[in-house]
Amino acid sequence: MSLFEVKNVTVSFGGVKALNDVSFSVNKGEIFTIIGPNGAGKSTLFNVISRIYEPSKGQIYFNEENISKTKPHNISRLGIARTFQNLELFENATVLQNLLLGRHIFKKTNLLSEIFFTPKSRQQEYEYRLKVEEVIDFLDLQHYRDTLINGLPYGVRKNVELARALCTDPQLLLLDEPSSGLTNEETIDLGFWMKDIQSILGITIIMIEHDMSFVNKVSDRILALNYGKILATGLPDEIKNNADVKQAYMGE
Amino acid sequence: MRFIFKTKYSQDINIARHAGDKFWYSLLILVMAMMPLFLDDFYLGEISYICILSIAGIGLMILSGYTGLASLGHAAFLGIGAYTHAFLLTNGVPFLVSIPIVIAVSFLVGAVIGIPILRLTGMYLAIATLALGFIAEHVFIKWEHVTGGNRGMPVPQPEFMGISFYNSIFFYYVCLIFLIVSMFAAINILRSPTGRAFVAIRDSEIAAQSLGVNLGLYKALSFAVSGAFTGLAGALLAHYIGYLAPDIFNIFLSLTLLLLIVVGGMGSLHGTVFGAIFVGFLPQLIAICRDYLPSSIGSQPGLEPMLFGLILVFFILYEPLGIYGRWVKIKLFFELFPTYKSQTFKKQKVFTKSDRV
Repeated sequence: MSLFEVKNVTVSFGGVKALNDVSFSVNKGEIFTIIGPNGAGKSTLFNVISRIYEPSKGQIYFNEENISKTKPHNISRLGIARTFQNLELFENATVLQNLLLGRHIFKKTNLLSEIFFTPKSRQQEYEYRLKVEEVIDFLDLQHYRDTLINGLPYGVRKNVELARALCTDPQLLLLDEPSSGLTNEETIDLGFWMKDIQSILGITIIMIEHDMSFVNKVSDRILALNYGKILATGLPDEIKNNADVKQAYMGE
Repeated sequence: MRFIFKTKYSQDINIARHAGDKFWYSLLILVMAMMPLFLDDFYLGEISYICILSIAGIGLMILSGYTGLASLGHAAFLGIGAYTHAFLLTNGVPFLVSIPIVIAVSFLVGAVIGIPILRLTGMYLAIATLALGFIAEHVFIKWEHVTGGNRGMPVPQPEFMGISFYNSIFFYYVCLIFLIVSMFAAINILRSPTGRAFVAIRDSEIAAQSLGVNLGLYKALSFAVSGAFTGLAGALLAHYIGYLAPDIFNIFLSLTLLLLIVVGGMGSLHGTVFGAIFVGFLPQLIAICRDYLPSSIGSQPGLEPMLFGLILVFFILYEPLGIYGRWVKIKLFFELFPTYKSQTFKKQKVFTKSDRV
């Protein structure tokens, strides 16, 4: 069953077609990777999914519901979480506060009960924290709970961003270049975590990635983009041997 | 140095982080409560004024320091609060009923103005709020049958059990209690999901949105909450001044509020009080200095605004975290004493953020 489907999506900025008639579908429980050279439209695709850009044509379906008209802040309520290519963490807040924000969509209190910090508000904070602690345990962030993001090394920041996305209890996780800027060791850890997210948490992952050995190791299927058009979709081995992809991406 | 061993989630939620906090803040409240024993009417009046400034500072701090939205027209909310309060009191509404109405009115005005104005960002937002300040001033001038126009408007000083607001000790306690209550309200908002959403908007709008924060709603909410605090301060200010005139709520007052939060320390509630003390005593300090300066400088009429501007620039350049930031550094210096490193607060080079998201 396909959890997520993109149908004939076209995005143009003036005369440039960043995405041209792109269609694909992602099955439940898959790790689906999007590859392509710079400017291929990968990040544009993510931004269309999170409704930051408006597609000029086409629809996007999630759980068989058309989300092409959903408000951007409601996307996470449907169960789609994302990370960003250039980290978008709340820099002057602690790791814990960042992760607690991941629970924002479950907010039940109103301003008045927050001003008086009623028992209901306090209870909600406990519930948030319980879930956040699960994620902290899952991604080994115990050490950094009270550290400001400002003072963290890059690798940990990436990890915090992943953790924050997981805090929203997503069904679909969009990862924009999760391994960029990580050390070898961190990339290996990330691979394990992604497999765990897939198998233990049952979350479907779509990621944009450049590190081909990493891609081949973790992906179930790969989509190759170039100049906004789909070059090929298929299993890692098929993509590796696809002539078009080789020419556009691997430079042969 | 204190090491806190955390065993309960409530330790991260409670206002007092440890027993030391409880002790020092209780002591502070106790000392403030005993102030009338030591000080005469003049200084009590000054401290009352500082309390009022602090409340207004909390308002602007929530908007600028926590939500990251500039406002150069916050005197408008002080004015709205002051005139609404004076109008209600003149029409026989009791003080304790008038205050909640003032808060509600400023909240609503903030929300209504906030919805269109907060579509703008950065410089344009600053200009729009500046315009808001001027428009409010003109409304106070032109709406004569409510505000009395340029003639001004006397503020009735109601009585409680025979004690009137003219009594400086009574007024001092009123201001102090409102400051403490406002402080708690602000802390509670900031440790709740709404406060975290404000901080999220300040640090990264796009991430906040992707986590389900409705940007328009929360920005307007921040403006409204900010307006409510400032409106409350305005109501108290009305009693302090005693006679309202439109030109009190001018651009200079807005800039004073801005100076208050920058000097106090952006993004900290401690900063509002530090800033208020600084801004409250600065005119006195300048007045004293005038006597010692050569008369060609000392008698210049524009000395005060010029010094305000100069101080603002110096703080932005040399201590962007304000007095509170300096206090944190000094505290850490003594906690770590021989091993303090001057690099501790050096900001790590931030990785380039591009417009691509």
